[in-house]
Amino acid sequence: MQLQHVNIKMFVDGSLDVDPGKFINIFHAWIRDSALDGLLIDVADYRHVPAGPGVMLIGLEGDYNLDNTGDRWGLRYNRKAEVEGNNEDRFRQAIQATATACLLLEETLATEGPLKFSRQEFELCINDRAHAPNTSATLSACQPEIKTFVSQLLGHEDFTIDHDPAPRGLFRLTIKSAKPFDLAKLV
Amino acid sequence: MKTSNEIWKDRLNRKLPPQLAEEIDTFETEIELRRQGKMDEVIFAETRLRRGAYGQRYDNGQRHDGKETRTLAYDTNKNTKGVNTVWDAPGMLRIKIPYGGMNIEQLEVIAELAEEYSDGIGHITTRQDFQLHFIHIDDTPTIMRRLAAVNITTREACGNSVRNITGCPYAGVCPDEKFDITPYADALTHFLLGHPDAQNFGRKVKPSFSGCAQHACGLAAMHDLAYTAETRMVDGKEQRGFCFVVGGGLGAVPFQAKVFDEFLPMEEMLPIAQAIAKVFSRHGEKKNRSKARMKFLVKQWGIDKFKEEVLAERAKLQHDPRWTEFISRVEDNVEKPLKPPSDLPSIIIGEKLNQWIKTNVRPQRQPGYSTVTVALPLGDLTADQLRSLTDILREFTTGTIRTTVEQNFVIRWISNSDIPAVYDALSRAGIGSAGACNILDIVTCPGTDTCKLGISSSRGLSAQLRKQLDEKCFKLDEAIQNLHVKVSGCFNSCGQHHIADIGFYGVNRTVNGFQVPHFQVVLGGQWENNAGSYGMPIIAIASKRIPDALDRITNYYLRLRETDESFLTFIKRIGKAAIRQELHSLTQNAPTYEQDPTYYTDWSDPREYSTGDIGRGECAGEVVSAYQFAMTDAERMVFEAQIHLDENDAQNAGNEAYAAMLKSAKAIVQMKYDDVSNDADEIVEEFRERYYDTKLFFDPFAGGKFASYFFAAHDNASQAYTEESARHTIEEAQLFVEAIHACYNRLRQEGLS
Repeated sequence: MQLQHVNIKMFVDGSLDVDPGKFINIFHAWIRDSALDGLLIDVADYRHVPAGPGVMLIGLEGDYNLDNTGDRWGLRYNRKAEVEGNNEDRFRQAIQATATACLLLEETLATEGPLKFSRQEFELCINDRAHAPNTSATLSACQPEIKTFVSQLLGHEDFTIDHDPAPRGLFRLTIKSAKPFDLAKLV
Repeated sequence: MKTSNEIWKDRLNRKLPPQLAEEIDTFETEIELRRQGKMDEVIFAETRLRRGAYGQRYDNGQRHDGKETRTLAYDTNKNTKGVNTVWDAPGMLRIKIPYGGMNIEQLEVIAELAEEYSDGIGHITTRQDFQLHFIHIDDTPTIMRRLAAVNITTREACGNSVRNITGCPYAGVCPDEKFDITPYADALTHFLLGHPDAQNFGRKVKPSFSGCAQHACGLAAMHDLAYTAETRMVDGKEQRGFCFVVGGGLGAVPFQAKVFDEFLPMEEMLPIAQAIAKVFSRHGEKKNRSKARMKFLVKQWGIDKFKEEVLAERAKLQHDPRWTEFISRVEDNVEKPLKPPSDLPSIIIGEKLNQWIKTNVRPQRQPGYSTVTVALPLGDLTADQLRSLTDILREFTTGTIRTTVEQNFVIRWISNSDIPAVYDALSRAGIGSAGACNILDIVTCPGTDTCKLGISSSRGLSAQLRKQLDEKCFKLDEAIQNLHVKVSGCFNSCGQHHIADIGFYGVNRTVNGFQVPHFQVVLGGQWENNAGSYGMPIIAIASKRIPDALDRITNYYLRLRETDESFLTFIKRIGKAAIRQELHSLTQNAPTYEQDPTYYTDWSDPREYSTGDIGRGECAGEVVSAYQFAMTDAERMVFEAQIHLDENDAQNAGNEAYAAMLKSAKAIVQMKYDDVSNDADEIVEEFRERYYDTKLFFDPFAGGKFASYFFAAHDNASQAYTEESARHTIEEAQLFVEAIHACYNRLRQEGLS
């Protein structure tokens, strides 16, 4: 099973104490400074949409957003372009991109935030219903691969993987680690 | 960009209607041909537009980042998808929703597409379409296949074609309608879609249907073809037909549609539309896009000649059985309720629910049922919210819904006792806001967020105004609550600012050597009576001061209005000059850049609106002052022309508007030739030679169209003005003055002045 278009959300630890409007300025600066890998194109402001995508940094290969989907803030990375290699390469690329952006945000907002992302929980989803329909068959087929990847990523096996079975939703897993992980080591 | 496109093609192609499948395959081939450079970019651009695939801001690969214009590093080895349109640059896909009618399956597919290919947001437009933004051109055939599988097409959603046919969202349930227009709108949609006689227009054609004349739902007056339900008795039997008007439109210069037939029998609806398509194809302007809408042909010929030509064409048409086949089926798909009728609970608990019922719930013609408006901020909702909406439709209705031109949804056939439960479900989904169709429910076009033509951030402003109003909306006087506010990012009026009580459209101005986003304040428009009158701009105010301007206008109305006086009547009684005076101080005392740099940025965008060219020599500064002085005069003159028009003095109105054009043309001519006299012929000649022939005046998108307004006004300077021609000259003068500002700003940026 080819799991392209991996989508990772790192949740904000606790409540979001930073004005989401600040992310508009930060994302514009990232475009100007080419702060992340890939081509960054524009910023879209959806703060007016309840439980929506918040503030988005639109890229060519992938989008980043301060996301409030499910009424829970976090930094989401949505890979749009194909990633060559195997599924592990695809997971790793998305995790690295997300972690890089999270660390940069924490650093940027250190003095005015503070903003901290969770070190024990993140969401992994496949934004492609053709590759990964949200079914138990998909779960059975890719769980071993994902489990292996996560244990390598965290360096232990003390974690849980929860599947959201909502039939119309995307294939979505929440990974919770019993021990905090080092975000910098995911980069 | 998606790696699953082939999977969808294999999965869906056998399931699609063969004609649709073939059309999408053809488009996919055209994409490939263009990628290989085997199809001309201009032809490809029109091809993709006719399939709904539109360009977006920065798709030329250039973006101003607040400091300088930079090239976005797209892969330029691929071919362009239009002139100056980079292949990989994200674009918009417009999805036609005829008369706004949708079902559960369709909503769910749009939710999936928003999630998988766009930014997670479905956006409802001011013409009842859906739009998805940031789409890659390579994904569009798959999106089209997934839409076609649920009977939705993007065909002719853009380009020079018959656009989405809009219709009253209350059709079939409205207490005031003559009859349900739904099957007629549906018949016209299917008849004209891909019709060979509707493929050779110089510009788009926008039709609409209304069930009655008095409400706003169909906005008949601003459409190329508009059908308002009408009945008459013939030999004791009721006959159905339409009051049929043609040649309306907003855009840069708005026109009210003219009556073609007070009663067009339903049997003639399709053949007359076909005949109009043929006449418009043959005689409509093709070369000059700015004069190519049907409204210009109707104006040029007059309605009598237009009708004569159409009827002559009608007489020559070969009979087509489809003209009347639909009539026997008009009752076939009448919507039915899921539940029996019931009463609203006698006691409604909760302030928010009561507010919501007051603004968002309307009784249907059918006792025991109501419609519910789902008010969407800026027309946006998430994929999850779309799915929640389908759950609500499943539980409370037979599964249909309508989009509206106010960028909302209307759910119909809610049994009254279910209303509190529907509110709870909508609120849980985050779409239970009250304030539908009141001052909070601001209509807006995409503006600078995604539109290539946007001048100011209409969505940024609308979001800010909503935020400001949200806190106090329901504490405001009812007269204020009921006002309509509409915002466009430029003069093209996609936000329909002309027909708002209070409209705004984006312009720019130079302040202290910097460009500053502004909005023109438009007053005098009427939403009711199917867009009964069009407003006109009275003053340009910096974007960041528009919230204050709105406060001032509403407070002024509240302070001085007479009992039960409508806003439109108030504007007419008080006069635009008094309101302009009330707002005037907002145009004064701009902070310096050092005092408040945010004044020089737009809403939701921290980038400096323009770098300008700070630090120019003293000499340039003097020229700037002279220019600005003259332009201020020109703007005042346009405004005074409006006052003349309000006083029914069309002649002076037209003369003053023309004089304003001359004034502004002279101002910019003087930037290059200080000795130009006041002689009109000389000003025109110098302007033509220095700015038009050299194309320095040309707008990157509109070309020389604004200059053509000036030349035409000069050629017709000795004419006697009618109320209509004076109004058009004022509109054109306003646009010409704006174009002079834009030209000046461009030249300053390029260092050419």
